[in-house]
Amino acid sequence: MQESLRSERVRSFSDSSRESTIGAAFLTQTIALDEQTTVKFEIWDTAGQERYKSLAPMYYRNANCAVVVYDITQASSLDKAKSWVKELQRQANENIIIALAGNKSDLVAEQPDKRAVPTADAEAYARESGLLFFETSAKTAENVKELFTAIAKKLPIEQASQRGMRGPAGRAAGVDLGTRAESGNTAGGAGGCNC
Amino acid sequence: MSKKVDSTRSSETQSPTVESGNQNATTSSDTSTSDRCDEPIDSSLELRPPLPPRPSLLERGNTAAGGSLRLSKRAARPQLQSQATTALSLADVHTANRLETSSPKSSPASRAVSRKPSLTPSAHQPSIAVSEVDDGASVRSVVPTIGTRLDGESTLGDLIEGAATPAFKALSAQIERANPFDAVLAEDDNLSTQMQHEFQNVESMNKDGQNEEALLNIWKAKLKHFFILSASGKPIYSRHGDDQLISNYIGVVQTLISFYQGAKDPLKGFTAGDARFVMLPKGPLNLVAVSRMGESDAQLRTQLESLYMQILSTLTLPSLERMFSNRPSTDLRRPLEGTDVLLDGLADGFTRGSPSTLLSALECLRLRKSHRKVVDETLLKVRSQNLLYGLIVAAGRLVSVVRPKKHSLHPGDLHLIFNMLFEAGSVKAGGGENWIPLCLPGFNNTGFLYMYVSFFSTSEGALSPEAERPSSAGKDDELAIVLISANKDSFFELRQMRADLVAQLEKNGSMAVIKTAIRKGHASCSDITPGTVLKHFLYKSRGNVQFTMPSFEPHFHGLIAKRKLMSLYHNLHDSIHSRTAHLKVQHTVAYDATALAWETPLFELYCVASSNASRAALVAGANKVVSWIRREEERVFIIGGAVF
Repeated sequence: MQESLRSERVRSFSDSSRESTIGAAFLTQTIALDEQTTVKFEIWDTAGQERYKSLAPMYYRNANCAVVVYDITQASSLDKAKSWVKELQRQANENIIIALAGNKSDLVAEQPDKRAVPTADAEAYARESGLLFFETSAKTAENVKELFTAIAKKLPIEQASQRGMRGPAGRAAGVDLGTRAESGNTAGGAGGCNC
Repeated sequence: MSKKVDSTRSSETQSPTVESGNQNATTSSDTSTSDRCDEPIDSSLELRPPLPPRPSLLERGNTAAGGSLRLSKRAARPQLQSQATTALSLADVHTANRLETSSPKSSPASRAVSRKPSLTPSAHQPSIAVSEVDDGASVRSVVPTIGTRLDGESTLGDLIEGAATPAFKALSAQIERANPFDAVLAEDDNLSTQMQHEFQNVESMNKDGQNEEALLNIWKAKLKHFFILSASGKPIYSRHGDDQLISNYIGVVQTLISFYQGAKDPLKGFTAGDARFVMLPKGPLNLVAVSRMGESDAQLRTQLESLYMQILSTLTLPSLERMFSNRPSTDLRRPLEGTDVLLDGLADGFTRGSPSTLLSALECLRLRKSHRKVVDETLLKVRSQNLLYGLIVAAGRLVSVVRPKKHSLHPGDLHLIFNMLFEAGSVKAGGGENWIPLCLPGFNNTGFLYMYVSFFSTSEGALSPEAERPSSAGKDDELAIVLISANKDSFFELRQMRADLVAQLEKNGSMAVIKTAIRKGHASCSDITPGTVLKHFLYKSRGNVQFTMPSFEPHFHGLIAKRKLMSLYHNLHDSIHSRTAHLKVQHTVAYDATALAWETPLFELYCVASSNASRAALVAGANKVVSWIRREEERVFIIGGAVF
């Protein structure tokens, strides 16, 4: 999972002016919560560009969780992220778990003066809006696994079992993963910093 | 220009497909098309003024029939049998040199100053400048072709000793190299040296501007530039250099364009030094190409058209027009954000030289007729409800296509898709599966379609899209399944179709056949036409709007050799497509190659051989190619395709 998330995020954020997602990519990843439980994520990765905005509802309509990503080296990207959060809270599934991810922590680790969004600010916003919060690096995969593990843990257990959380690892084949509605969790990665 | 010629000619050849009752069918199908397309994506949905009137349906129906890839069997087959001839008729033969063919193009009527680096800087008096150059051109009867002495004589066929004198032959035998195109000669134009740096990025300017001059020199050394600016002069796209670096030049371009627009006499092109500038106004946009690679105006204009289509593909025409009618000073870079890679991919393709763009045609993967039939039938069998077009594409070559009866596929649209998938890299970098809204301007420039894309590596055992594709996988072994729908919610439906399709293709062995064909690559020229002097050729079937060619190896290695070959093809193409040319056959001799262009209502053929090949041998080779195509037509071209 890390690998693909990393490649996704690297493309979307490390060099956003040259390359960014065209349309949306659909990925599936499985994460092991503990020995008993694995969660299969079905992930829509979108660039969050304005011209695709009317498509966004299709991605979050049946989603159980959403990761909204901003760029900690660009203050304006947090504002974009906030408007996405607002839209999700208004439009999406009412039980949706929203996580806020401040990306490019690797860049700031190297050059601290590049930071444009203080951690405390974003954290405070996340707390009052009821979001999970991590500062991540797409490049080094820092906190990416933690982020998804936190989401997986926060999924209500009954929802999780309904929605395709697998039982003990050995019985994985018994789980119906045939249709999307019943198979796992959709995370819309809406990247604020590309807007 | 060549595009215009193309479309009129192809409509001639396709006329049998347009029956009397067919016009209605086309019209009604277009109506349903616009209905099925979604409205353009826009966040400011509420504030939108009424859409501009749609172009008349009839008109669109016509254009669709004209320039599009109509994979109809009837279009080509009967004609082929009755009309194709492998014999070149004498009446069609002209021997013309480059100067003669290119100078009439810059006649006052075309309003463009001659492409020759003229000594007349008075570009604002083009008619005078042109007539001067024309005079000079006709006086300077430099003959690069050696064979022009044979005016009324048979210039082809049974020519003894061909074009060259014995002395020349002896000489050329001495200078003959194994692969002259591979050699980088000192006296070569700057192409060879500059080509290596052509695709490197110009860095951005330092804050203090100290490196400006160095960067400008790098920037100016580029062989080719593309600029897109808005009618009010705002930069939208430039292949090389950032805003800071190019803003002055954009200003100059804008001044030039608006000066002539003010005079109600738009500037189409001019030459400065060794660079040719070509302008293409498109609604609220101006597109500019600057090339030092010797392409004709028409060819550069085709390239600009393609960039424009890419912009439409991102925005749709109504949305583009609305933005500029609301605010003429709109900064289009914002809505186009993220599509630079696509424009760069197209631009670099043109700089490298793309047979597909030159010929406005597609290339197909060579498959046995029976194998292709199985693939077609599989596509039809697993076709899902909301599918509009389905494509299987291998390394930029079409394997199979499934389409509704009423809709053909426009080569320009397919070129945009192929560019997105295989050149720009941003789709396949995502791995997995993709869902991409896009407008196919040749199909319908007013609305979006939705494209499901999934890539496979054809290397062993990596067929699951979830398996990590090896990063080393070259673009030559990539297989993409592209499913296009007008319904934006049909992702999961098409995803299921992809799964069914792959399972079926695996089961009936087609997948293995396709993979083998991909791995085999292009056949070499000596396999196709054994015993001839040919080193490379391009064959375009006009009825099918498709082309085929042999491998570049073993004669053309690397970027520069290929580009030189493509430049030669561009010259040949230009000489039989320039407006005043009535050439059917063009024979050219240069120090590194002899070449032949031959066009009939059914096909265009361009052949290249080494410089000491006689004309007769070249013609023999050309005839061999034609008979090979006749034999293999249903393998190298998709004729019909899967239609529902």
